[in-house]
Amino acid sequence: MAKMTLEALRALREGKKAEIDRRETDGKDVHIIIGMGTCGIAAGAKQVLEAFINEIDAKKIENVTVKQTGCMGLCYVEPTVEVKVPGMPDTIYGKVDADVAKKILKDHVVGKKLVSDHIFDRPSTDILK
Amino acid sequence: MVKKSYILVCGGSACEASKADAIYESFKKVLEDEGLKNDVQVVKTGCFGFCEKGPIVKILPEEEFYVEVKPEDADEIVHETIIKGRPVQRLLYKDKDLKVDPKADKFDMSKIGFYQKQFRIVLRNCGFIDPENIDEYIARDGYQALEKAITQLGPDGIINEVKTSGLRGRGGAGFPTWIKWNTTKGVSAPQKYVVCNADEGDPGAYMDRSTLEGDPHSVLEAMTIAGYCVGASKGIIYIRAEYPLAIKRLEVAMAQSREYGLLGDDILGTGFNFDIEIRLGAGAFVCGEETALLRSIEGNRGMPTPKPPFPAVEGLWHCPTVINNVETYANIPVIVLKGGEWFKSIGTEKSPGTKVFALTGKINNSGLVEVPMGTTLREIIYDIGGGIRNGKAFKAVQTGGPSGGVITTENLDTGIDFDALARIGSMMGSGGMIVMSEEDCIVDVVKFYMTFCVDESCGKCSPCRIGTRKLLDYLTKISNGNGTMEDLDKMTEIGMAMKKAALCGLGQTAANPVLSTMRYFKDEYIQHVQDKKCVAGKCINLIRYEIDPSKCIGCTLCSKRCPAGAITGEKKMAHKIDQAKCVKCGECYKGCKFGAISKI
Repeated sequence: MAKMTLEALRALREGKKAEIDRRETDGKDVHIIIGMGTCGIAAGAKQVLEAFINEIDAKKIENVTVKQTGCMGLCYVEPTVEVKVPGMPDTIYGKVDADVAKKILKDHVVGKKLVSDHIFDRPSTDILK
Repeated sequence: MVKKSYILVCGGSACEASKADAIYESFKKVLEDEGLKNDVQVVKTGCFGFCEKGPIVKILPEEEFYVEVKPEDADEIVHETIIKGRPVQRLLYKDKDLKVDPKADKFDMSKIGFYQKQFRIVLRNCGFIDPENIDEYIARDGYQALEKAITQLGPDGIINEVKTSGLRGRGGAGFPTWIKWNTTKGVSAPQKYVVCNADEGDPGAYMDRSTLEGDPHSVLEAMTIAGYCVGASKGIIYIRAEYPLAIKRLEVAMAQSREYGLLGDDILGTGFNFDIEIRLGAGAFVCGEETALLRSIEGNRGMPTPKPPFPAVEGLWHCPTVINNVETYANIPVIVLKGGEWFKSIGTEKSPGTKVFALTGKINNSGLVEVPMGTTLREIIYDIGGGIRNGKAFKAVQTGGPSGGVITTENLDTGIDFDALARIGSMMGSGGMIVMSEEDCIVDVVKFYMTFCVDESCGKCSPCRIGTRKLLDYLTKISNGNGTMEDLDKMTEIGMAMKKAALCGLGQTAANPVLSTMRYFKDEYIQHVQDKKCVAGKCINLIRYEIDPSKCIGCTLCSKRCPAGAITGEKKMAHKIDQAKCVKCGECYKGCKFGAISKI
């Protein structure tokens, strides 16, 4: 991409805002976001990421994107994973390992049910709303 | 099939104790009876962090937040909230400061005090966006502050907003940020620098690392704004080599910014040039001190130089230099965008805004918390942190790392800001908050910090080099049971001398843990000295383990666990510890299933 002018930056921002609102990229409407700060990685976030990707491949689930983010602040329950499925509340799971990852895909993403015992709350409301 | 509603029942250990299981079952039963079990899912969650008012039940998507729920309330909640869509008023969390129309249909979650306890400005994007994707940052108002700074505010306008905001340096000392910027701006020089201090060195502190890992662009944007404001064309981030992930994310972010023309020449077509480079530090604590940091960037040994001249006038390579901490920078884009007045409305009068704390130690919910200044320690520890681990009693909190002091029970309700902490003999520091319970020994903890300071003292000035060593010697003597009352007086004396005579912040504050604990826990020192006792059982020379022959059944487990071969005895006969051989590791104590071994 060439250097941006002010107009180009504004246009990009508006475009991306709309995209984040729709939360869709290429028809993929389910987002799995893994907390990959040092705390998350130390607690096993890389294995969780792998488990998600392998299981999505194995089960041929096609509408899911897996992304990474920084530390959500819930270091006591790392690794943390946020799951966004249309029509369901955005959910943060903590203490996720490879087995829980499989369970999240099976129950939450496919079965549309929340997974007990691993749900945590976002620490605060968003000031940018 | 998508469920219509979700009932979240807190399954944290504190709520578990107050019948969360029964509540969970009771909801399932009511839903079953009403034929709703396919439309509503009951879920057990992790701790909501509000254990004081537990058990907590939350209904989604309505976001009703019920406190102190009993199993028999399930019926009413299902009938009222789930079926009729009305909140059960008597169970709603009532905040005395809550200014909401009680007749309003919709309950605004963000107005509930509990959710306002954490307020995220610095961490606004952490855990939200992909830190390696600049587009996500831009989508969340990223680089809009830079745009506003250049096109609308201009250098004077930026200073004005930062001045109005009252932002104070988050590295620890709390110096007003606008004064630094304004000074550098006012000096005329061919070359100026903007430096970011990412040399986070306090034990237990990791908020700067997490900010850089989770939202690197916020710091890059802020440095660019600072550069534009003071007329600098170069920025340097000084970060310790121990933070490889943060460094990698910064490098990715910088490459993306350059590609977009948000760093480099002619930024956004405005003719303003600014670029940033990274310098790696070797992890010396003293390099967090700004003058030592600048010397380290210059390639010299990281040792502080006397101030004045202040870096704002004569800093890096003798050029005027703005130097701020990561967290300070992360506040800047929001201040520029939302205005200084908005920022000033948060926190306390003298310390506006928020502070990020790394909550660690004997606490249930350790993690990063961001709270408005003025929040009390009680709220941070009990409401956000979920209380002390294993239900032990709270003893103290160490803030400000090796330069800070302790806060005790008597100050639990003090609102935390720069000045309040200084008043009670501690300091804000960079924001590490280590919680201690009754199982921690004060002498032991202070010894840990002093060992750290002895290692990290650069040795340039004698008050620090010799003072820290002497203090550590006294502490070791006391924890070995050889201390005298004169030693205690000597320690205070040395500490006061270091405060006055040391060259830089490290030495001036290195005695703080000693001075502050002498103030609040003198009894515990005296106990070590006079009674030769360590109540917490951490000073191994002051404790011994003994086997109660009447309780010992001779299972031999302790003698198997003992690494020193100090425990002897026949099978099925009472065992005995040879005190001369015992290394006091406590393995036998931990292993005994019959409570026959006691720590004296």
